[in-house]
Amino acid sequence: MKFALFTGCVAKGATRELMLSTMKSAEGLGIEFVEMKSAACCGAGVVSEKNPLLADALNARTFAIAEEQNLDLVTICSTCQGILKKTECHVDSDPAYKEKVNSVLQEGGHQYAGGKIKIQHFANVLGTEEGLKLLREKVKRPLTGLKTAAFYGCYVLRPSELSLYENPDDPTGMEEIFEILGATPVYYDSRTKCCGFPIVMMNKDASHDMAGNALIDAVDSGADCVVTGCPLCHLSLDAYQPEIEKMNKKGCSVPILHLPQLVALALGYSPQELGMDTHVVATTGLDKILA
Amino acid sequence: MATFRIKRYNPEKQPESYYEEFQLDIKPGMTLLDCMNEIKWTLDGSLTYRMSCRSAICGSCAVKANGHSLLACQRQGAHLVKDDETIVLEPLGNMKPIKDLAVDFKPFWDKVDKVNPYLQPDKKAPKEERKQSPDQFRLIDDSSTCIMCGACYSDCNMLEVDDNFLGPAALAKAQRFVQDSRDGKTLERVKYLSKPGGIWDCTHCGECVERCPKPAQPFHRIKEIMTVALDQGVTNNNGARHALSFAKLVKSSGSLNENIIPVETVGFFNIKGLFDLLPVGLRMFFKGKNPPILHKSIDDVEDVKRIYMELDE
Repeated sequence: MKFALFTGCVAKGATRELMLSTMKSAEGLGIEFVEMKSAACCGAGVVSEKNPLLADALNARTFAIAEEQNLDLVTICSTCQGILKKTECHVDSDPAYKEKVNSVLQEGGHQYAGGKIKIQHFANVLGTEEGLKLLREKVKRPLTGLKTAAFYGCYVLRPSELSLYENPDDPTGMEEIFEILGATPVYYDSRTKCCGFPIVMMNKDASHDMAGNALIDAVDSGADCVVTGCPLCHLSLDAYQPEIEKMNKKGCSVPILHLPQLVALALGYSPQELGMDTHVVATTGLDKILA
Repeated sequence: MATFRIKRYNPEKQPESYYEEFQLDIKPGMTLLDCMNEIKWTLDGSLTYRMSCRSAICGSCAVKANGHSLLACQRQGAHLVKDDETIVLEPLGNMKPIKDLAVDFKPFWDKVDKVNPYLQPDKKAPKEERKQSPDQFRLIDDSSTCIMCGACYSDCNMLEVDDNFLGPAALAKAQRFVQDSRDGKTLERVKYLSKPGGIWDCTHCGECVERCPKPAQPFHRIKEIMTVALDQGVTNNNGARHALSFAKLVKSSGSLNENIIPVETVGFFNIKGLFDLLPVGLRMFFKGKNPPILHKSIDDVEDVKRIYMELDE
């Protein structure tokens, strides 16, 4: 399997351990990623607040680059995934709009044809028949006994017509991966909810409250760790956990892992190789469970 | 035969809510509302809920089915039966139940009132009607379809943690007037909507878009108000500064510089805001999680700058 990798900004910035563990997972699984080094930020739904056409043009340029590489595009961030799918929908559903966007791209030597490439989150790639088969073959250290709670991230679920999950209100894609890795999935209501990150700079208390409610729900459901496919959820749930703990009287302390970290752990990589020592919430408790 | 597990509540008889199960044979073509009526008419006449038109027009019969809000008259009962042959019915969220599935809509309507949901033209009425072009009408067409059913309000993640948020329905209604070519209060409206509890408090969870039974799709309307607010220069708030900083940073390097955006969002001269950033900033720094000091541009960033020049200057 070979894909164009759209890293997103956060995997190159505040969650570099996501990039590290993604590449380790790919190495362990024999997946080839070609990094899209000239692709611009997806805009995170924020550039479109200022200028929707600009955001779509930048993302259509990204699709055109993947088309030029003749590779399906893979994201490692739920937000990037949702935003790129939105642009794809806007542009593909309106030929006049596509022409407008392409006229802007032309001078840069790019043209977006549409319908040539798939845009998928890494979790969706792993969830395909081929991906699941690869995982089954390559797991070296089954994560037996690890109770693992998925936190999907809003943008890969809603709107449901753009989601790659069969039932976005009650998805099972990540949990299926956990089971193949040997872990025990924990189902809890908050797994499809918002982490609060988009408003952390606008309404900090509400943001932390939202994240805290999700963490409490996961802990109460017996989770040893929460695993997310979105680096923004990771920042909200991990980097801000000390503030959240202060705010919520009930215990909500739980390590937060990126999905590729969990995958790579089962492939035999050490927590240090996956940057788990850079998390704000210590992941060392997991070593005992997996010992 | 399906089992309807319905959340019952009657404070005149007992203070706590409880679940009661009813068995019903869902005949082909029965909507969820038909099922609820059948239960009320043949099994328990005390079951309480709102309903009227049965045609997805009046917006009365919104309830939660299997954990998510929907219009009971708009969905086939058989489609909602889960693998265990049950349908769970509960009152809408984020509002207090009055009895069984009926909730108190007062906070919902109070917030709709707050956005002045009526036209405020700045010119005297013309002799003939005020005309709009098809393009002008298209801007407010979707929000005009809102039937005030409360499905969006029920599942809004933000309202679960902050009552002060105006909520998706009121904000969608606000967009209907913010972008109405006949309205004369656009600037005043976006100033009000940019305050705490307004557009910038939306957490982008997308639940309102998912639950909305009409094309009103509140989150999209909220984003349209944001664009108008920025165009009108209403930028003295964290949400607007965040959007402007984000777009500017992507223009300069093709990717987001996470060291700069928090500072530009709170504002360079906002001492308290900057001080508030310190704990998480230091925590990440000591863990080695701080973004690289020297921010690297993407390859061919000149093409991104060119696109900005063409579309955003």
